[in-house]
Amino acid sequence: MADSVSREEVAVISNTDITSTESENNIINTMVERGTALLRKLEINVAEAEKRTGKNTVNMQETYTVYLIEIRPAETEGGTPAAPDTLWRRYSEFELLRTYLLVTYPYIIIPPLPEKRAEFVWHKLSADNLDPDFVERRRVGLENFLLRVASHPVLSNDKIFFLFLTEEKGWRDAVLETGFQDKADSRLKSLSAMFRVKNPDKRFTALKQYSDELNSVISQLLRIRARVADRLYGVYKVHGNYGRVFSEWSAIEKEMGDGLQSAGHHMDTYAASIDDILEEEEHFADQLKEYLFYTDAVRSVCRKHELIQYELEMAAQDLAQKKQQKEELATGTVRIFSLKGMTSKLFGQESPEQKESRLAALEQSIQEGEETVKEKNTECQEFVRAAWDDIEHFKEQRDKDLREALISYAIMQISMCKKVWTFILVCILCMYINS
Amino acid sequence: MSISAPRGLASSGQKPITEILHPLSAAEEPLSPGPDVTVSGGRDKEVGLTNGTPVETPSPASASVLFNRLQLDDDLDSDGRDPYADTETHDLFVTVDDPKKHVSTMETYITYRVSTKTTRIEFDLPDYSVRRRYQDFDWLRTKLEDSQPTHLIPPLPEKFVMKGVVDRFSEEFVETRMKALDKFLKRVADHPVLSFNPHLNAFLSAKDLNKRQGLALLSKVGESVKNVAGGYKLRVRPPEFCAMGEYLDTFNQKLGTIDRIAQRILKEQSEYLTELREYGTVYASWAGSEEELQRPLEGVAGCVTTCCGALEDMSENMGQDFLPVLREYILYIESMKNVLRKRDQSQAEYEGRLEAAVLRKQEDRTPIPAEVEKCQDKMECFNADLKADWERWQSNKRQDFKQLLTGMADKNVTHYEKCQAAWESLITLLQDKQTEDKTRTSVMSLLEGRVFIQIFPGQTSSTPNASLFLSSSRQRGFAREDKI
Repeated sequence: MADSVSREEVAVISNTDITSTESENNIINTMVERGTALLRKLEINVAEAEKRTGKNTVNMQETYTVYLIEIRPAETEGGTPAAPDTLWRRYSEFELLRTYLLVTYPYIIIPPLPEKRAEFVWHKLSADNLDPDFVERRRVGLENFLLRVASHPVLSNDKIFFLFLTEEKGWRDAVLETGFQDKADSRLKSLSAMFRVKNPDKRFTALKQYSDELNSVISQLLRIRARVADRLYGVYKVHGNYGRVFSEWSAIEKEMGDGLQSAGHHMDTYAASIDDILEEEEHFADQLKEYLFYTDAVRSVCRKHELIQYELEMAAQDLAQKKQQKEELATGTVRIFSLKGMTSKLFGQESPEQKESRLAALEQSIQEGEETVKEKNTECQEFVRAAWDDIEHFKEQRDKDLREALISYAIMQISMCKKVWTFILVCILCMYINS
Repeated sequence: MSISAPRGLASSGQKPITEILHPLSAAEEPLSPGPDVTVSGGRDKEVGLTNGTPVETPSPASASVLFNRLQLDDDLDSDGRDPYADTETHDLFVTVDDPKKHVSTMETYITYRVSTKTTRIEFDLPDYSVRRRYQDFDWLRTKLEDSQPTHLIPPLPEKFVMKGVVDRFSEEFVETRMKALDKFLKRVADHPVLSFNPHLNAFLSAKDLNKRQGLALLSKVGESVKNVAGGYKLRVRPPEFCAMGEYLDTFNQKLGTIDRIAQRILKEQSEYLTELREYGTVYASWAGSEEELQRPLEGVAGCVTTCCGALEDMSENMGQDFLPVLREYILYIESMKNVLRKRDQSQAEYEGRLEAAVLRKQEDRTPIPAEVEKCQDKMECFNADLKADWERWQSNKRQDFKQLLTGMADKNVTHYEKCQAAWESLITLLQDKQTEDKTRTSVMSLLEGRVFIQIFPGQTSSTPNASLFLSSSRQRGFAREDKI
């Protein structure tokens, strides 16, 4: 079922026997289906991972992993697939790319990267970044990230992103040249700043609240899932103890011996099967984690909006104050306490020339203020429009992705159940045949 | 879900075990991704969209069919394989059923109906129906042990149950106990010697079982064995009885280990269950924050809850069917070891007396007294009875354990069947909605311009609710038009 861009895809998903990998492919195909210009031209995947050693910034030897990005021109009719262009990237470069995107497109929910360190682990999983299973899952996550960016209507057109995929050496300089670092610092400041907006946009407030709820519930889910996995592991492993005792028991039996022996053997196999089962479940956990990290991106957009809103309000407030001052100056009434007003009250009025020059300065200031307010207003409106566009896009994607993930999870559960009861049947049959 | 039996079971009538192997190949199919439901053009979409399961997979229902088939074969086979089939009595049939609760001022207890059908002359009537309680069965067993000490008496279900832990009047407990009592009585009735015991007769026929009535009809051997003189020490146990003793010791040990493992599994399962329940509730609470995903998430929560229920049932079964039988056998082994010891005693006595008599003969030519010969008779009877019973015991034990282990396996299969069914119905739920969405977007993208999209105002959901009016009749056929 390779040609899944067509409506045939519907039938594929109805087949409950597709594996969860195939279901995951459906998500990727969905992204491809969206048909950004970039994806119409190119096929992107992260094919391999390799360990490298080298000297780091403090001149010490370190081991790190690099990932191979393959770019191929999209399939053309009748032609043999061309050899891919490849380059190697390490995780920190992906991080740099993402930071650049965060700063450059603050109104877009930027797709997240796979986690830096393994979290929500249950006892067996190694939290070591160099562990092959972790590296493999990270490879998949990085590929997902690239595909999500490439299928985004706005992000896919970004030049730096394109260079990331095509320029191995010169990319870092190109990114730094954009000067995004400066904006990065101010962005970080704004994210952590405490300020209160007078007229919060209800939609953004609701979105932020939702994103916080989602973050909390997915964290909880991942934590409990890890505990469930741990317990299930225990159950399976204790069954393994049956293996040995059945074996020993079979030694003293004449007629039941063979049957018991194979029952014992099957117990061992059953106990060992938990490792694969839990490894597959990690895949589901990864899908949940992606959305957990997405909530951070959503929150960040909401915060940015708050900041812009706040700046607008501040600018408007400032303008209003200045206008007030001008009015007072012009009419001579003091409605608002000001030092100048008080001193003139105390020490006498100023000269008409002084008053004129002050009025002129205020006029100027007011004009500038009006410009600022207009700018900020436009900025805010633009932001809201662009952001909300992207948010709708995100919500649709979320619903689709999570539904696919749940289907994939259910398929995995079914497949596990089938394996186990089929397996038990074999066990029963062996017992009957051999006794 | 349609039920399709695996190919091997298509024909009726019994199949030898080897032929039943074939369903395995059918059973193994689901281990690899099943056959794709291929769709040709747009016409056959109905097949792909509505049918959730591929046709060839053996469905869960076939597992139970297979199992029952095997049980049936086994029951019929066992008669053929039993070397003691000829000596089995076929003129005394007993059944234990119909439990009833009795409440009196002093105590509450359960009685069971014991029905007998017989052609034996030892019985006055051909049919009997009496009510007995556990105490009565216990009395019978004790009497049998006393009066037939050279025989192995079948086990009873456990006498004592922890009042706080197990409900003695729960349906499951009573059911389990009753089955064990039925098995006990049937075994006694089938035994060529025990079934003629007058205590059994009284148990089956007497209106009121007067247990204090000491029926003085002990068998000759019983009497003499009871009065075996102590103080004789056995020198060498014959090899066949050594083997029995060793077997019993090892078997006892293994059963003990299995019991411990089973209890550990129950504990682990219970802890797993606790976590799993919480896992389900998180999905339910997540559903609360979502719109489109609300139903799918609630579906998952429901699935997890169903799996929890299934696991609870399985654990209960383990506690009620598996562990009691193990413990029954452990008690049984104890009583068998006692019988072995008594046998040893009787041999020791014979050898002791013989030695003494031989010495005396050498000294003063006193002939070997008749008692010594009686002792020899006694010992040889004991040995013969024990050997015969041992074979019978082995055969019963094989059957019991095969049934026990396959029974447990069957319960496991049922558990996974339940879980699988829950997840499969969830997929149907998830896919139906997805089909709708997919078709909508596909159609929208493909109909390009030949469509009027009317957007209903006042919708709160993020995606406009589109109703499509298809203008052209030259549409490519979509089987799901009606869903739009």
